[in-house]
Amino acid sequence: MGTLAKVTRRTFLFGSVAIAGGAAFGFWKYRQPYENPLSKRLEPSEKTLTPYVIISKDGIKIIAPRAEMGQGSHTSLAALVAEELRVKLSDVSVIHGPASKAYYNAAVMEEAVPFAQVDESSLARNVREFTKVPAKFLGLHITGGSSSIADGFDKMRMAGAVARDTLIEAAAINLRVPASTLTADDGAVTTIDGRRIAYIDLAESLDGIELAKEPMLTPQSEWRVLGQSQDRVDMFGKVTGTAEFGIDVELPEMLFATVRMNPSIGGKMRSFDASKALNERGVESIVELDNGIAVIATNTWYAFNAARKVAIDWQQSDGPQTQKELLNLVLDSFDDDYKDSRFRDDGDCDEGCENAEIISAEYHVPYLAHAAMEPLNATALLKDGHLDIWAGNQWPTLARSKAAEISGLSEDDIEIHTLLMGGGFGRRLEPVYIEQAVKLAMKHEGRPIKLTWTREEDTTHDHYRPLAVARFRGVMGDHIPETIDFETASASVAASQMGERAGIPAVGPDPAIAQSAWDQPYKVPNYRVTAYRAPAAIPVSSWRSVGASQNGFFHESMLDELAHSKGLDPLKMRLDMINHLPSQKVLEAVQAMSNWGSPLPKGTGRGIAYCLSFGVPVAEVIEVVNTDRGIKITKAFAAVDVGVALDPRNIEAQVFGGLNFGLAAAMMGEVTFDKGAAQQSNFHNYNSIRMNQSPDFSIKILENGTRVKGIGEPATPPAAPALANAIFSATGKRIRELPLSKHIKFA
Amino acid sequence: MKITINKIVHDIDVDPNMPLLWVLRDELNIKGPKFGCGISMCGACTVHLNGQPIRSCSYPVSAVSGEVTTIEGLSNPDDDPKSLNAVQQAWLEHQVAQCGYCQSGQIMAATALLQKTPNPTDEQIDAAMSGNLCRCGTYPRIKAAIKSASASISEPTSQNTTEPAVKQGV
Repeated sequence: MGTLAKVTRRTFLFGSVAIAGGAAFGFWKYRQPYENPLSKRLEPSEKTLTPYVIISKDGIKIIAPRAEMGQGSHTSLAALVAEELRVKLSDVSVIHGPASKAYYNAAVMEEAVPFAQVDESSLARNVREFTKVPAKFLGLHITGGSSSIADGFDKMRMAGAVARDTLIEAAAINLRVPASTLTADDGAVTTIDGRRIAYIDLAESLDGIELAKEPMLTPQSEWRVLGQSQDRVDMFGKVTGTAEFGIDVELPEMLFATVRMNPSIGGKMRSFDASKALNERGVESIVELDNGIAVIATNTWYAFNAARKVAIDWQQSDGPQTQKELLNLVLDSFDDDYKDSRFRDDGDCDEGCENAEIISAEYHVPYLAHAAMEPLNATALLKDGHLDIWAGNQWPTLARSKAAEISGLSEDDIEIHTLLMGGGFGRRLEPVYIEQAVKLAMKHEGRPIKLTWTREEDTTHDHYRPLAVARFRGVMGDHIPETIDFETASASVAASQMGERAGIPAVGPDPAIAQSAWDQPYKVPNYRVTAYRAPAAIPVSSWRSVGASQNGFFHESMLDELAHSKGLDPLKMRLDMINHLPSQKVLEAVQAMSNWGSPLPKGTGRGIAYCLSFGVPVAEVIEVVNTDRGIKITKAFAAVDVGVALDPRNIEAQVFGGLNFGLAAAMMGEVTFDKGAAQQSNFHNYNSIRMNQSPDFSIKILENGTRVKGIGEPATPPAAPALANAIFSATGKRIRELPLSKHIKFA
Repeated sequence: MKITINKIVHDIDVDPNMPLLWVLRDELNIKGPKFGCGISMCGACTVHLNGQPIRSCSYPVSAVSGEVTTIEGLSNPDDDPKSLNAVQQAWLEHQVAQCGYCQSGQIMAATALLQKTPNPTDEQIDAAMSGNLCRCGTYPRIKAAIKSASASISEPTSQNTTEPAVKQGV
C-alpha cells in the first residue's frame, strides 16, 4: 500500500477537487489564521485569548467547538485547554461557540483519502497532512468521523498554552517583573515570592497585549489533567434536568410548530385542505412546504394534533417503491459498470481460486435509522434583518449557509446557537429541520418558532444507513486464508450526503463503501477488496461508524466462516494473519479477558470480531446463552487502542455505549420500505436494546498506537459480527442477514 | 384547571386531552421531562404521580389527580448540590449520562423503584427500568448507580458525609 503508482490510480473522494482548489489558493494563505469569531461577540467585561478562551472577572469560558451529543467531547476538549492553561476543569464553563470557519475540523477528511489508517508511509502521512489544507479552505466546522480528539489534540492544548503565557505576560507588565520569573498554576500567576494573581483578575489588563507566539506544551510525563478520568462538565445538568438541549429553548412570545412530510420519500405534495385543522384549538397558522405542511400553534401538542387533521393529497415518489426493488438495485450493482474502487489487490485472487475448494457466501444488512432520543428540533427568530437559530447540530457552518440561502440574508446576519444534543450518531449533520424552522420564522417575523418533529416524522424521514450486500470467495490454507475475494456494494454516503445535499465536491471513489474491509491490517497472500456503488434511491448518510457498520459484520463473519471450515480457532487464526502490533495486542487482550478457549456449558457460545475503524483497532468477544426464551447476551469483552487515553472513564463509556448501539442494530434494527415509504415509525417497531438485554461489560484500553484517536464510533462495528459468531458457536446456526431477529429469537 | 407540580399549584387553561408532558414543557416551562416518542415506549417523559412513575407523554392532564413530581422536584440544585437525592448522587458518582436526554426519565424511574423496593435484585432493576430506553447504551452504569443508591439509602449516615462527585459543571 502507499505507492505512488497506486495513488495515481486512486482519485480522491471530495478530496480531489477540494485539494486542487486548496493548491490554487496557495499555501501561504493556509497559514493565515481565520479571524477570531469571538471578538465581535464579547460582553463588555470579556476578553478573548484565541477563539477557544474567553476570560472576564466573572470566570473563564472554554469554547469546545465540537457537538456535545453524548460522546464527552466538551469535557475532553476542555481538558486539553485546562491542562495547558493550568486550571481545574470544574473552575471553567464550556460552550459550543458560534458557527465559524475558524473552528474548521482539520482531521475530518483523513478518512476520505485512499490510505489505510495503519499505513504510516511518508506518502500516506503527507497526504493525510495535506487534507488539512482543503479542510481549512472549506472551513468545515463539523463533528463526525471520531475526529474531535485527533483534530483538537494539538489545537486545544496550544490554545491553552497561548492563553497561559499571555496571562503571564499581562501579570509581568502589571507587576513590572520579567515574565520569566512568573509561573502559572491552578488558575493564577505566581511570583517568585509567592504572590498570586488570579487569571480572572488579569482580564482587564489584557488590552493591547499580543498573544504569546511560541508557548511550550507540557510534556506528557507532566500532565495533571490529561490521562486522568474527569467528571464530565455536563453531568450535573444532566442529572438535575437543568441541562439545556435544543428542544428546551425558551424565548418570549415563542410559538410551537411541527411538520408533516410526504411519507413517500422524495414525493411532493399535490394539494392540502387545512380548513378542519385551522379550527383546532391553539392553531395559529398552517404553512405549505415543498414536500408537506407545517402547523404553527401555541403549544407543541396543539401543533401535533392539528397536523394530523390536515387533509393532504400526496404525490407518490418516482423512485423504487418496494423493499425488493431497493434490494435489487444493490444486487444489480455487482457489475463493472458500478465498480467504485479496488483499494486492495494483493497477489492474484483469480489464480488463487482456480481448482481450489472455495467457500463463498452472500451477506445482507438493512437500512437503519439513527433514532437519537431527542427528536429533531430547531428554533428560529427573524427580527430586524437578523436571524437567530437555536439547535443541536453537528455542522453549524452548513446550517448557516443553508439558512442564508433560504432567507436571502448574509451569513454575517445569522447566528447559530448550538445547544446540547440528545444524541446525534450522524443524524444532526444534516440541517433539514433547521431549514424548515427558518422558513417558518420568515412567515412569522418577529416571533421565535420552535419546530419539533414527532418521533414518527423523525423515523420515516431519516437519511438512513444504507442497505448493503457483500459477497466473498475464500480459499483456506492450513492456518490462515490463502485467498480472499471480497466484494461489497451499497450507495455512497459521501455522494448522497456531502455531494447532493451539502454541496461539497464529491468525485472519485468513496473509500467508505469498503471502509473496514480494504483497509484491515490482515496478511493474506491473495487478497482483493472491490467496492460497488449502488444508486442512492433513498437518501443515505453517516450512521455511527459509517461504512464500517456494515463491512465489520461482513468481513468478520467471513473470517469466522473460513476459520470454522478448517476447524481452526477463529481468534488464533486472526492472530496468525494480523500484521499490525496494536491490533495484535487488542486481540491478545480480549483473548485473556474472556478466558477464550476455556470450556463452556452446552448452549453457550463465544464469538470474536476485530475491526479497525477511524484508526482505532478494536477486538470484541461476546458470550451468549441459548435459553428456552431465546438467545441471551450475557457478557461483552472489548479491548481498544486509542494511542493516548486522555480520559479513561469516558473512553470506557464510549466503548460500552458504542457496543450496545451495534448490538441493538444487529439484533433488531431494520427500516424497510413499501410504496416508497418507511414502514417503521416509532420505538414499537424500531426498537432498541434495553436494560434487560444489555450484557455485562469488561473493557481494556491500550496505548500502543502511534497517534491519538477518537472513540465515538470504533466500538460499534465489531458488535454485530461478534454476536453473530457467538450465536453460531452456541447454536451451529450461521446467520448472514441483519437484523438477527429475522432468523433467531432473543430473550 | 388546577394542577400541583412539585408542591406548587398551577392554574392552567388547556385542552383537557393535552398530555401532561406538554403542559409541563410548553405551558409551565418545566423542561426536565423530555419528549421522546409520544407513545409510552421510551420513558424519557417519566414523572411521578403520587409517587408512582407515569409516562407523561400519554397521560391526559385532565386525568391527573394528586401530586405530580418532576426531576426538578427531587432536589434544589441551585442552592446546594448536596441536596440531590441518593439516586442523583449515585448518577454523579458513576458518571452515568452520555447525551443525557433520557436520564431525567431514568432517574425518575430509579427513584420510584427504590422508594418501593430499597434493595432491588438485578431482576427487579431490569423489570423496573427496561421501559426506559437509552440510545447511548448507558445501562451498565445505570444499574451500578442504582445499586450504589440502594446501598446509600440502607446506610443513611454514610450518604450525608459523602461529598458529591461533581460540584458544578456548565
